[in-house]
Amino acid sequence: MKTIFALLKKDLLLELRQQHSFYGILLYVASTIFVLYLSLSNPEPDVWNALFWVIQLFVCVNAVAKSFLQESRGRMLYFYSISGAREFIIAKLIYNIILMLLMSMMSLGLFFLLLKNPLDKPLVFLGIVCLGSISLSLVFTLLAAIAAKAQQNAALMAILGFPLIVPQLLLVIRLSKAAFGEQFRTGAVLNLTGLIVGLDIMVLILSIILFPFLWKD
Amino acid sequence: MRKSWWKILAVVLLIYTFTAGFLIHIPHIGNLKETARNLFFHVPMWFGQITLLSISLVYSILYLRTPDLKYDIFAVCFAKTGILMGILGLVTGSIWATYTWGSPWSNDPKQIGVAIALLIYFAYLVLRNAVPDIDKRAKVSAVYNIFAYFIYIPLIMILPRMVESLHPGGKGVEGNPGLNGADLDANMQLVFLPAVIGWTLLGAWISTLNIRIELIRDKNLLNAE
Repeated sequence: MKTIFALLKKDLLLELRQQHSFYGILLYVASTIFVLYLSLSNPEPDVWNALFWVIQLFVCVNAVAKSFLQESRGRMLYFYSISGAREFIIAKLIYNIILMLLMSMMSLGLFFLLLKNPLDKPLVFLGIVCLGSISLSLVFTLLAAIAAKAQQNAALMAILGFPLIVPQLLLVIRLSKAAFGEQFRTGAVLNLTGLIVGLDIMVLILSIILFPFLWKD
Repeated sequence: MRKSWWKILAVVLLIYTFTAGFLIHIPHIGNLKETARNLFFHVPMWFGQITLLSISLVYSILYLRTPDLKYDIFAVCFAKTGILMGILGLVTGSIWATYTWGSPWSNDPKQIGVAIALLIYFAYLVLRNAVPDIDKRAKVSAVYNIFAYFIYIPLIMILPRMVESLHPGGKGVEGNPGLNGADLDANMQLVFLPAVIGWTLLGAWISTLNIRIELIRDKNLLNAE
């Protein structure tokens, strides 16, 4: 537990000190959304929704990819000697979730600012955004570990990840329509939320079980 | 003889499928007409695919438990045959859809699910090619294979239930990923089950042949340990 906390603190501190990566992603988000603003200033709710989630997907690939690719071989060896694989992956998962939540909030703000606000229930959407970004970061954390182990760049991660994220992404996009004032059957919203949470828990368990195998060399 | 009984069984069952499948009387429902016979060829592909991918999963888990390169070869060969059956299932489905739905591809949730599944497993093959080191490749791809399988199963179990579909087997929440076995005509059931077993065994047979080729190719590597 203490190790997890220490590793998490190290990642956060590193992020705070070398802010170039954080601002890099932020700029990436901002410029993408600005391009969207220039190309369609007043999108329809469905388009808005789809664009939002697709951009979250790309942000997630960029944000999470760093988490393993930035660690050099020597540094991984050092972590190996001071902590277990489980602690390491849990710290990375938490760190990526925090990073992704932050990024989604920023992009949501920018979406509101530039592309208007077609939402009926902004608070509901905020909750869904949190859920969705947690799902995204969980799936991509393990994939980033795989890509790093294969000594490949973020491109491989995208190839591996895009088909795998589709179920969750579709569920989240479907669920988001609840915030656009679409009427769902009674219980359908809870049902969908339950499914997404269930998938998240499964991905979490799989990451914790599978990562130790990747880690050993 | 003792070891090859299941290969003989596969051949017998497939001959039976091909003769009885085209000859038995089937009920005519709506615009399905004779295309319903596709049930003996299209649906078993998916049963075969799931079975082969599950076997591949088991070998990937075995590899992670005891890193023996043989397990890795087993896993990838079964996955490859699984992909092959997936492609065949998609093609037979599209041919069928041309005559019943009017076009080979209509963005039906089940078609999309299958397309995603194929992408997932193509990514598995890409990943394998991307890693030059043999031991590392085996380990990394085993991890991906396990992860992919556990996302693939919810994908084909959940997604079809969420949305309307043209595919036989119910719509919306009552929708079945494939079709509901209880609805099947008794006459057709007599051919359907043997067809499923026959095609699955054929898939396993193809995989074992592939495995033997790979084992011979990597003989030096495997014996070096």
